[in-house]
Amino acid sequence: MDKETRLGLYETMVLSRSFEEAILRDYHADKKPNWDIGAGLIPGEMHLSAGQEPVAAGVCAHLSADDAVTATHRPHHFAIAHGMDLKLLAAEIYGRETGLGKGRGGHMHLFDPSIHFSCSGIIAEGYPPALGQAFAFKYQGINSVVIAVTGEGAANQGAFHESLNLAALWKLPVVFIIEDNDWAISVPRDASTSIRSNAVRATGYGIRGVRIQDNSVEGVWDASRTAIEKARAGEGPSLIEVHTVRLWGHFEGDAQAYRDDLESLIDPIAAYANQLETDGILTHELVQHIAEESKNRVDEAIEFAKSSPLPSPEDVEKYVFA
Amino acid sequence: MVLIETSDASVATRNLTTAKAMVEGISQEMERDPSVFVLGEDVGSYGGIFSSTTGLLEKFGPERIMDTPISETAFMGLATGAAVEGMRPIVELMFVDFFGVCMDQIYNHMAKIHYESGGNVKVPLVVMTAVGGGYSDGAQHSQCLWGIFAHVPGLKVVIPSNPFDAKGLMISAIRDDNPVIYMFHKGIMGLPWMAKNPRSLGPVPENPYEVPIGKASVVRSGKDASIITVSLSVHHALDAAESLAQQGVDCEVIDLRSLVPLDRDAILESVAKTGRVLVVDEDYRSFGLSGEIAAVISETDPRMLRVPLRRLAIPDVPIPYSRPLEYAVLPTADRIISEIKLVMA
Repeated sequence: MDKETRLGLYETMVLSRSFEEAILRDYHADKKPNWDIGAGLIPGEMHLSAGQEPVAAGVCAHLSADDAVTATHRPHHFAIAHGMDLKLLAAEIYGRETGLGKGRGGHMHLFDPSIHFSCSGIIAEGYPPALGQAFAFKYQGINSVVIAVTGEGAANQGAFHESLNLAALWKLPVVFIIEDNDWAISVPRDASTSIRSNAVRATGYGIRGVRIQDNSVEGVWDASRTAIEKARAGEGPSLIEVHTVRLWGHFEGDAQAYRDDLESLIDPIAAYANQLETDGILTHELVQHIAEESKNRVDEAIEFAKSSPLPSPEDVEKYVFA
Repeated sequence: MVLIETSDASVATRNLTTAKAMVEGISQEMERDPSVFVLGEDVGSYGGIFSSTTGLLEKFGPERIMDTPISETAFMGLATGAAVEGMRPIVELMFVDFFGVCMDQIYNHMAKIHYESGGNVKVPLVVMTAVGGGYSDGAQHSQCLWGIFAHVPGLKVVIPSNPFDAKGLMISAIRDDNPVIYMFHKGIMGLPWMAKNPRSLGPVPENPYEVPIGKASVVRSGKDASIITVSLSVHHALDAAESLAQQGVDCEVIDLRSLVPLDRDAILESVAKTGRVLVVDEDYRSFGLSGEIAAVISETDPRMLRVPLRRLAIPDVPIPYSRPLEYAVLPTADRIISEIKLVMA
């Protein structure tokens, strides 16, 4: 891997983390002293992806805006890595008229046709629409691919298995990604899944499956390069499972009393920074510079969101039908 | 675009079954628009279990007419994703009763994406499915369930009752930029292997035409009572109205044709004229179409009703298998006649 690529991966992860730290701050800022999920600048459930940035950065480094991504209820890292406009993303999270969905969607329902991005709040149910995007690309003779993301809990859903079979059968240009963060909300992987690696399940559908054990952004980059090239070449789908880490709660406000692994978690961004410093690619100054650049972009986006108007109640019935 | 009202069916020179009229609509749109394709279970060489795709595979090939695995969630979602990327899928799910296995893709995804995206993403697709009973197919193969789809915001729901509307509504549904649930009753398809209403064969113009979605049709004009209904029950209502006419009762029959959007004006106009209403619905009675129509009238002006509204719908029981039991719950012409006599009393 060349230096620019490695730096790019780092920058993408930092931008995503920086964005989510800002969301985290504003989400909790005005929910005190009595915590109310529906109160404040950012109401509702909030699923942040801190720790899982290597998956999104590694995969999306191979994509252009012509490629599609269907993400999950925890979508920000993929949205940012795939190049979503931070202002439109932030404005949607803050429920503003200027947001991606004009405040009708929220953080689990982000739709950006300019980069073929969508996500679903229902476990595993983002896979089937991904098949349709892939089908359309193939039918239209467009050399684009679709990245379909779920968590490891979703691999026990029917939609997951139906989708793998159909994508394999029709040789659709899809790369299925499983973010295994060990926890389906509070249920550990060992209590939900009968096998240790979901990559094995790919074999059952006659497609290639790999598992990346160490949340390594370069490992993800490498595996997804192969899978994406294969999909673009018309050789059908692949499955990549990444053993990643959920640094924060399932949602904000989740006290995580059920977790016994919090002490042992490794922050993949700090770990990658160390690695890049050791390899002479990052310096302390560069780390500072990238952090500042990211913060500036994020601050600008959050400012845009906060200064944007809320949607007007009179318009609530707009957009039910085209 | 050519709009033809139902009355213009008289200009047609040939009769088609409802099934053939549907297929002709699909076929003409596929010729016109390469983004239209068909997928579902047994839509290829079988031609659709209820003949809704007969001959399309031979004409358009396996790239556009695709049999799917029995993976309803996968192929229903596939249709949504393809529509998002500019295709116009027609996806068949054999029986409406089977929607339980893929309802998430319908009510949480295809129905909501346009709204959640603030109007930035369109989902132009047609879901077609067979409804209805009357041939002892039991509780999991005989339901109508249109109330469920009409209840969810974001889905249009059309239900033709005759060959002319079947073709025109199919063309309108394909051209519509929204997800449209297209529900056809097995008893009006004109299938050679099932008892059929004589009106399942009727005049259909050869050229493409649209029947507007959201517009009801007054299929029989009358002054004494309004029978408001949809699908196969339209025919039972017409049969009942003919019989009642001989007894001096002049019934108006409204074929709603679409549940979403609902033609409230047509309902209210008829009620204003007759003051007596019977709603006939082959879907379940509670929390459904018949209650909705009662609400439309009550919310507008309950004084339009000279007598209380009555409803003839499937009582709240699963559709029974055994013939005498099934026909004890279906809205037949005889039961419509009895109900109208109560309305007129």
